[in-house]
Amino acid sequence: MSAIQAEGLVKVFPSRSGEVRALDGVDLEVPVGSVLGLLGPNGAGKTTTVRILTTLLTPDAGTATVHGIDVARDPQSVRRSIGLSGQYAAVDEYLTGRENLLMIGRLYHMGSAAARTRAAELLAQFDLVDAADRPTKTYSGGMRRRLDLAGALVARPPIIFLDEPTTGLDPRSRLGLWEVIEGLVRDGTTVLLTTQYLDEADKLADSIAVVDRGKVIARGTSDELKAQMGGERLVITVDHGQVEAGRTILGGLAAGPVDVTEHTRTLVAPVEGGATALIEAVRAFDEAGVRVLDLGLRRPTLDDVFLQLTGHHAQDGSDEAATTSTTGATR
Amino acid sequence: MSDLAQSLSDTGTITWRNVTRLRRQPDSIFFGIIQSIMFVLLFAFVFGGAINVPGGGDYTDYLMGGIFVQTVAFTCATTCIAMADDLSRGVFDRFRSLPMSRSAVLAGRTFADLAFATVTTAAMAVTGLLVGWRTDAPVLSVLGGFGLLALFAYAFLWIGAVIGLSVRSVEVAQTAGLIWLFPLTFLSNAFVPLETMPSWLQPIAAWNPISAVVAAVRELFGNVPPLYQAPDYWPLQNPVLASVLWCVVILAIFVPLGVSRYRRAAAR
Repeated sequence: MSAIQAEGLVKVFPSRSGEVRALDGVDLEVPVGSVLGLLGPNGAGKTTTVRILTTLLTPDAGTATVHGIDVARDPQSVRRSIGLSGQYAAVDEYLTGRENLLMIGRLYHMGSAAARTRAAELLAQFDLVDAADRPTKTYSGGMRRRLDLAGALVARPPIIFLDEPTTGLDPRSRLGLWEVIEGLVRDGTTVLLTTQYLDEADKLADSIAVVDRGKVIARGTSDELKAQMGGERLVITVDHGQVEAGRTILGGLAAGPVDVTEHTRTLVAPVEGGATALIEAVRAFDEAGVRVLDLGLRRPTLDDVFLQLTGHHAQDGSDEAATTSTTGATR
Repeated sequence: MSDLAQSLSDTGTITWRNVTRLRRQPDSIFFGIIQSIMFVLLFAFVFGGAINVPGGGDYTDYLMGGIFVQTVAFTCATTCIAMADDLSRGVFDRFRSLPMSRSAVLAGRTFADLAFATVTTAAMAVTGLLVGWRTDAPVLSVLGGFGLLALFAYAFLWIGAVIGLSVRSVEVAQTAGLIWLFPLTFLSNAFVPLETMPSWLQPIAAWNPISAVVAAVRELFGNVPPLYQAPDYWPLQNPVLASVLWCVVILAIFVPLGVSRYRRAAAR
């Protein structure tokens, strides 16, 4: 059975220069108890999809059911079955952490004793006990996110939507939040998660839908997507001033286009034949007198997937993209 | 729970949230009170000597009705800014994803701001008494006057809510929530008698809802000089009835408009 099902979702927003098709026919299916990662760059349509599925927006075309309920026909029943944690961390900064959770409990129409008990449980679970009775404007970014996520869980909804849950968090808070999300999934919650972080989708999602310009352009498990990309990636870092020479040599050996990150002087190319290709490359670089500072072979990452499918990185120019494409298992 | 019981419970929860927020920002309450005291003192002492009250009354008595109405009307700027703020912070996204009543968010906002208006009105009343404002009307009539002020304030808060939901940014809300209130309150009998305005302006001022409410409050507070003849316009001849009707009309327009704006409001 599907917890979430969407067919042909279209959403058009008016803009100064005509119209923006934020969603252009999105189909999704999330089985009960699984995690779908909606992966794509800013403006791909991830948030719009979440907003439609959580009844905040109505689609211009297409249908969606959440927990078996049509979102357009009976939004109020859908709202009883879902929790939403958005990218803004919508906590009330003048209320304390406990008061925020109590308020949400009351708005789910839990009795006041039940709301109180649940708030205390969640504060403990999310490691917010010490800060529970302080106004949340004194909280760090990570604490606010945790509280916002706790807010989504107040009524123990079977389905949770997390819109970029870790955007803007420091690495430690991010890991902490991942653990919490993994815990939810172990308890049987269905999760739809949007992210622009490939490692996040890789780590948390059972299956991934890659979204770009309002369309799902690929779907499958992380391994399936990587397998579609064929062979391994040869990663070579060359000395100053030799990037162009390196590109030419590698172009002759690669099974696909060579991706160059100028400021790190790193060249990445899909190759076939694994270790043989590696040896060939070393020879070719040596003969041409191009100095190799580092080299390795790795399996394709989701960033490679993204690059191959869309022609651009998941996050152009950001540090995150640079790290994801150059680290990875070097063998 | 029935729908109505749910609505009331949600409204109570949201009112609690907004009142708690207000209490945690004592400086905004403080400046609200200072502002109302300042208005009373400025108008009483600066304009007091210059304006002849028709029918020969005391200007401070004349002024208080006007200043009460102006100050509660200005409270709707607070509502406007608070609405725009919640909208831009994504708080409404959270509310709209909950199985709660759609109207509760606006009702809870306006009730909380009405509580705030009550505090500033009390501060004005005390200041007024200190500078010589007196009322010799029966207690019930005075209470009726404050009741009418509350009804009028509540109706105007909904206008503020609609503007706040329409402008979408706090910066714009700070101006948009306030600017229309100046011509509205000054083009009325709040501070100067209608009779002193040019004749083409008089009908506009007479049909201004502010004028009816000001006249009604003066009447209920017993601040109308015994010899005073109200100008020959229906709302000023029947100010209490006219005020109640104006409030009903404003609520009938802005409550449904506000709720539908809220439903469609989508923070980006």
